[in-house]
Amino acid sequence: MSVVDIRGLTGFELGKLIREKKISSPEATKVFLAAAKADFEKPTGDPTKINAFVSINEEEALAAAAAVQKKIDAGENLSPLAGVPMAVKDCICTTEGTTTAASKILEGYRSPYDATVTKKLKDAGAVILGKANMDEFAMGGSTETSYYGITRNPWDLSRVPGGSSGGSAAAVAAGFSPYAIGSDTGGSIRQPASFCNLTGVKPTYGSISRYGLLAYGSSLDQIGPLAKDARDCAAILSIISGPDKNDSTSVIDKPFEFEDLIAGKTDRKDLKDLKIGVPENYFDMPGMSDDVRYFVKSAAEAFKMTGATVERFELPMIDYAVPTYLIIACAEASSNLSRYDGVKYGYRSADAENIHDVYYMSRNEGFGTEVKRRIILGSFVLSSGYFDAYYKKALQVRGLIKKTFDEALEKYDVLLAPVCPTPAYEIGGQIKDPLAMYLGDIFTTSVNLTGLPAVAAPCGFGENQLPIGMQLIGRAFSEKTLLTLVKNYQDFAPSPYHKERATAGVEGLEVRA
Amino acid sequence: MKIDDKLIDYLADLSRLELSDEEKAARAEDLRDILTYMEKLNEVDTEGLPEMTHPFEKVNTFRADEVLNSDNHEKLLENAPEKRGDYFKVPRTVDE
Repeated sequence: MSVVDIRGLTGFELGKLIREKKISSPEATKVFLAAAKADFEKPTGDPTKINAFVSINEEEALAAAAAVQKKIDAGENLSPLAGVPMAVKDCICTTEGTTTAASKILEGYRSPYDATVTKKLKDAGAVILGKANMDEFAMGGSTETSYYGITRNPWDLSRVPGGSSGGSAAAVAAGFSPYAIGSDTGGSIRQPASFCNLTGVKPTYGSISRYGLLAYGSSLDQIGPLAKDARDCAAILSIISGPDKNDSTSVIDKPFEFEDLIAGKTDRKDLKDLKIGVPENYFDMPGMSDDVRYFVKSAAEAFKMTGATVERFELPMIDYAVPTYLIIACAEASSNLSRYDGVKYGYRSADAENIHDVYYMSRNEGFGTEVKRRIILGSFVLSSGYFDAYYKKALQVRGLIKKTFDEALEKYDVLLAPVCPTPAYEIGGQIKDPLAMYLGDIFTTSVNLTGLPAVAAPCGFGENQLPIGMQLIGRAFSEKTLLTLVKNYQDFAPSPYHKERATAGVEGLEVRA
Repeated sequence: MKIDDKLIDYLADLSRLELSDEEKAARAEDLRDILTYMEKLNEVDTEGLPEMTHPFEKVNTFRADEVLNSDNHEKLLENAPEKRGDYFKVPRTVDE
């Protein structure tokens, strides 16, 4: 097994090699560390630097790999991903290294505790390589708002990897990490997965604990996986899901059980009676790319071949999803981010002379433009005089959006939609126009507003060989149905797009045959 | 919707941000654009509809009020921008 080969493997495939003693966890970890570090050490501004990581914790990763290997050698069956290296988005607490949410205000912050997902991953034998880059406090769709520099898309270095979990997506696509964990408040797992040819899951609200996730929009945030296929996502979800007394919104009663999916025992019979609804009006939105329209519709045809019934229908309220999302997300953010005050941790302005300065100057110097924009917007919609017209209105419209999805999901088991109106765009292309950036979330935000689960998965390559993703939305806690559908598509569809690997700027990584 | 200096100053204060004049002008412009866009919601009749604050209806979740992480004192203080002894240090907050 050569170095080149293991970097193209899925987490499950690498885990199997480790279990079969064909490679050890420390050996595998060294390969990924070397690749990640070679990129990390390139100077800022180098146009070939992908910059997927905010920090790499080499010593800790090697120690963890050695410890996991000992357990594997002793016959402990930790999980299918035991010994496999991975990356954690920088807004999720790890006791190793720093946790900064890609913000200056948390530069150097060392979490005194592990997030629940971090702990669960460690218990399952995951080896954490480091912390993945992201938009500052998960606010953005391109990983251009990070204080620690932009991340580039491994499929085309002149383009964004998506965001806010852009570092997580780029790390996997570039072969720096077999899989990664991200968070999704308005599309932040699904959109970068789509831009980087990965499979990503925004799980049902309440299925994954957010304890140790630096909060952005608490009624919307969910943690989830970014990986090379549906089987990896199933394996990761079965590790990180489950109830947690430290998160009062954790409503699931036990972790997801996906044994058959992980063992690869799905067949087309599982999908025979499935009804898939395709919201026809989604494809007529202004700015919709022809490639996205063509490939998502082609996926609908492929699902027909697996025996599912596919029907077109109208899903109303789409025009109201982004404004509703923005009001609610910014309102919650303005409250959640009030904790960064320069007192207990994080950045304190050197010019602060009194307590007023400590708050006002530290926050102004510590937060980036997009974060300030959203805090101010949040303060506005929550302020007396505007509360009813904006915040209350948005909560009411949110209820209506939920109702349209509930009605659609009474008729259909699954909804098939695009992830984004376009494939990955050029770096700098949208960052100066906040509204254009927000509108990129048009197909993803409804899923957060309603709390429903959705999977993004590769479904084609358009102009310039850019990956295109589809989105499957299901009923609450129907992750198994969604992942079974995607796994069948990945196993049986005529073109296994998910097996294509990026090559741009990735030295030493050849595309696997 | 009129976004004047007074409103931006008020919002900056609510947000605890010491904005420069340049930033104030930029944020006012953002707010104008975004609020115009948000007016789209006025097309929706929401008269008498309930407010959905959470994806799933769930009222208070209770657990026992136990101290579980008091052993983290030192580690917590390690992150303090300034400290003295066992305390976070801030500039004087009340006049003599």
